[in-house]
Amino acid sequence: MTDENKIVIRDLNLWYGDKRALIDNNMDIRENKVTAIIGPSGCGKSTFIRCLNRMNDPVEGVRVTGEVRIDSKNIYDKDVDVVALRKKVGMLFQKPNPFPMSIYDNVAYGPRIHCTRDKKKLREIVEESLRNATLWEEVSDRLDKSALDLSGGQQQRLCIARTLAVKPEIILFDEPCSALDPISTGKIEDLIHELKREYTIVIVTHNMQQAARVSDYTAYFLLGKMIEFGKTKELFENPKEKETEDYITGRFG
Amino acid sequence: MEGLDRMDAKVTDKLGKAGLWLSALFIILTLLAVLGYILIRGIGVMSLGFVFEMPRNNWREGGIFPAIIGSLIVVGIALLFSTPIGVGAAVYLTEFTREGRSTKAIRIAADSLNAVPSIVFGLFGLALFVFYLKDFTGGPSLLSAGLTLGFMILPTIIRTSEVSMRTIPFGEKMESYGLGATKLQTIWNIVLPGAIPGIVTGIILGLGRAIGETAPIIFMVSLNPIIPKSILGSGNTLTTQLYFLAMEGISMDVAFGTALTLILIILTLNYSARRLNRYLSRNLKR
Repeated sequence: MTDENKIVIRDLNLWYGDKRALIDNNMDIRENKVTAIIGPSGCGKSTFIRCLNRMNDPVEGVRVTGEVRIDSKNIYDKDVDVVALRKKVGMLFQKPNPFPMSIYDNVAYGPRIHCTRDKKKLREIVEESLRNATLWEEVSDRLDKSALDLSGGQQQRLCIARTLAVKPEIILFDEPCSALDPISTGKIEDLIHELKREYTIVIVTHNMQQAARVSDYTAYFLLGKMIEFGKTKELFENPKEKETEDYITGRFG
Repeated sequence: MEGLDRMDAKVTDKLGKAGLWLSALFIILTLLAVLGYILIRGIGVMSLGFVFEMPRNNWREGGIFPAIIGSLIVVGIALLFSTPIGVGAAVYLTEFTREGRSTKAIRIAADSLNAVPSIVFGLFGLALFVFYLKDFTGGPSLLSAGLTLGFMILPTIIRTSEVSMRTIPFGEKMESYGLGATKLQTIWNIVLPGAIPGIVTGIILGLGRAIGETAPIIFMVSLNPIIPKSILGSGNTLTTQLYFLAMEGISMDVAFGTALTLILIILTLNYSARRLNRYLSRNLKR
């Protein structure tokens, strides 16, 4: 267990055209920990984690200022290879989007692009990734079947396996359970718990119980600004800011 | 409508249904009448010899082989030319530009191009390929005819491919980027495979139009039956031969036989394209 800062964020601002969506945010994200981002809808939490692997780049009219340093390298520097960055910082979305291919091809998608077309090696990576995403047992006998036939929870774990296959160091989860039932949600949470041994994890969630269950650190966002950041236990039991307290006790709004 | 009681509404409903049914019936009957008439008039001359032999004695004997070959070559050239360019333009429109005046302008241009009468394309092809690019196309050649038809079906292929590429979910593209794929890798692995059914539909529509056109290529093909020696040489096609046979009153039987051959070729190509389409989309979705 290390206690290093994997991601250091300084004065991060983001504009959608004229609208400022993130305001002067600073945060240190620890390696091999789960950091949860909570806050009401529209507070900028999804926008925030998309800054961590520059997924806002393809969105029209977006402008970012400030620094996001990963392993002390600012990812908004001109010489940064965005493709290499996204390989290092994987991302899971609210709604799982398996590609319309077989389960096997979904997981092999990243490795095929990045490292190998060797059949034997690919098979190993696919099996290992599916095992790590706790999906192997359920799909090992139908790897050649369409990924679209899986249930929602299985699709989300398939997307996790697909991300793991690229061998990232950081995984960003953008409300990964909001479309899932409680049992599937539980499986994903257990999985996140396992994954943090090897990966640094940032998860956006609108579900405060989920943040409390899975995370080591929690940040509370309101209107594009980080209001409070600290150890999850402390933030929930003894919030320093009034806005945080209002939100976690349900007096918000 | 308040004055109508339930009975009246029911009657109106029935009448409406009957009207719609009659329109559908009318269309089917028209289609059957056209196809049936051509079949009845054309079947008499149909034989293996008709398809595979040279015409003799001013078409009174032999077959129409040169025209069949000419048509297939011309349409092949048209598709080879317009498919890559059309799909490429569609990729550019959907993936590389932001929605704005320029994309709107390109789209309006493509749509207007689609509405240009085919004889105008013929005149354009005559000026560009037959005269201006004579050294390259060989003047009035099968290549000139194919390229002219290629220009004509370009808008169809661009627009159908574009519509089909737009249906690829944004989330799938984002996930591909999220896995570290580049834009081209995402287009190649996610956008194009998903858009294949639409692209093939565009090609079928273009093919149907290209093989059936007479006007744009009438200046470029020979009216005499010639087995083409190369695409830079002369040849004739089914449509131009049909026009010639009917206009000059040479033989209505052979004209109808030619029409029947043309229709059979279109139906066969259509059917195979649909099979290919189903095969491709099933294999890509697996």
